[in-house]
Amino acid sequence: MTAALRRVVIAGAGAAGLTAAESLRADGFDGELTLLGAEPHRPYDRPPLSKQLLAGAWAPDRLELLAGHRYDELGIDWRPSSAATSVSVPDRTVRVAGADLPYDALLVATGVRPRTLPGTAGLAGVHVLRTLDDTVAFQAAARSTGRVVVVGAGFLGAETAATLRGLDVAVTLVDPAPAPLLRQVGPVVAGLLARLHAEHGVDLRLGTGVAGLTSDDGRVTGVRLADGTIVPTTCVLVAIGSVPATDWLAGSGLDLADGVGCDARCRAAPGVFAAGDVARWFHRGRGESVRIEHRTNATEQAMAVSRAMLGADDPYQPVPYVWSDQYDVKLQVYGRLTGTDRFTVVSGSPDDGRFVALYGSDGRVTGALGWRSARELLRARAMVAEAAPWPDAAPA
Amino acid sequence: MMIEVEIDQCVGGGQCVMAAPDVFDQDDDGLVVVLDENPGPDRADDVALAARLCPARAIRLAGT
Ligand SMILES: Cc1cc2nc3c(=O)[nH]c(=O)nc-3n(C[C@H](O)[C@H](O)[C@H](O)COP(=O)(O)OP(=O)(O)OC[C@H]3O[C@@H](n4cnc5c(N)ncnc54)[C@H](O)[C@@H]3O)c2cc1C
Ligand code: SF4
Repeated sequence: MTAALRRVVIAGAGAAGLTAAESLRADGFDGELTLLGAEPHRPYDRPPLSKQLLAGAWAPDRLELLAGHRYDELGIDWRPSSAATSVSVPDRTVRVAGADLPYDALLVATGVRPRTLPGTAGLAGVHVLRTLDDTVAFQAAARSTGRVVVVGAGFLGAETAATLRGLDVAVTLVDPAPAPLLRQVGPVVAGLLARLHAEHGVDLRLGTGVAGLTSDDGRVTGVRLADGTIVPTTCVLVAIGSVPATDWLAGSGLDLADGVGCDARCRAAPGVFAAGDVARWFHRGRGESVRIEHRTNATEQAMAVSRAMLGADDPYQPVPYVWSDQYDVKLQVYGRLTGTDRFTVVSGSPDDGRFVALYGSDGRVTGALGWRSARELLRARAMVAEAAPWPDAAPA
Repeated sequence: MMIEVEIDQCVGGGQCVMAAPDVFDQDDDGLVVVLDENPGPDRADDVALAARLCPARAIRLAGT
């Protein structure tokens, strides 16, 4: 298989796509390597968008994932503003700018795009936050109006609310769930987050969804909540999750039920692989298909795909990791917290503002969360990796 | 090989520590601490892996 691998095409020049390109070179691939990016910018990092970039602490060039001169040195043919528009799996070609680009192996790493509120297309003052350009536009609008409604209190919405408070922007945070990140971190930690945001002056409108937006002359004027209240604003951030960017693969015959469906080795079809936010693969350790929208998964999965393209045959089964910065709290999570029915604090305490908690189900540890406790959390990671039996001494 | 880290870029996940525990450690806040700034050539692969795994690209290897 290695002998036949002469041309690799990577669709999507984000963290996963770029890491795959670098890894292929590090792993010894010396054939043609084309990296197709839909955006005009060199590959950049997304987590700082809602943190340092929105806060104004970093300039955009600080987000670049690889210095400009390295592309030539590594022989990576990066093509900006070159979205792939379709693929022929049997012919092994990708269509870009009206031409068919042949490949021996294709990596789909096109990420996700933000979900939008129905009926708000083209309405001025309604923002999403996924790209560098999104962030620059949103930051300017937020600063000039000084009052933002954030719709959705998941990782992105809650984190953005915290960063905006640091800029002294008034923030209303709306979510149908009764606490921020409830689905992701469970009731205890979500309750702490609700308190944290309230202490920092966020106007929390929880337990109520958004019914629609009010507008005047093509510009948003307010957010109408499910309970009938209208929160006036000229700047709305919609942070209600995302959908895999697979529309360009329609008709390819690939399984696109929720992202690109892959086997345990991140293979979607002969010669086709997927990695990063867009990839759904069979996680052996868990015994189920998963799709993970976390920064470290993009890197680790891209590295696994590089090895798989070069003939390795190991299943990809990582311990997922994600972090989020809100005010002076760094949240870090290993493994799975959702669908668990056990929770216990194993070091520190919420009252001290530093702790590590374990999450579990079926008598096993499935995940661990650290609240300003990076070092202690790394110790708990081993229990997650091993799916250790639920500690008996700990209360259920 | 010389290792440089951008400490204010570090997000404290410890991927570097898992890749090369004799070269990287973390302080109490999780921020990276370089134990050996100039590791021998036998550590080059693991250190390069740590740099690539780092989700914040906070680890630079001199000459790259
Ligand atoms: C604001 C923000 C904050 C985040 N914070 C954190 C955090 O704190 N911790 C964490 O773990 N994760 C965080 N994430 C998630 C993390 O950034 C993603 O998991 C990661 O970027 C995924 O990388 P990717 O390469 O799979 O996708 P992306 O980074 O989305 O890259 C995909 C690229 O493909 C391009 N593309 C799309 N369609 C095509 C096409 N047809 N042809 C060519 N190119 C195409 C896109 O333009 C994009 O540039 C955050 C994300 C955002 C948006
Ligand atoms: S991997 Fe990078 S971000 Fe994580 S602790 Fe090490 S240096 Fe910091």
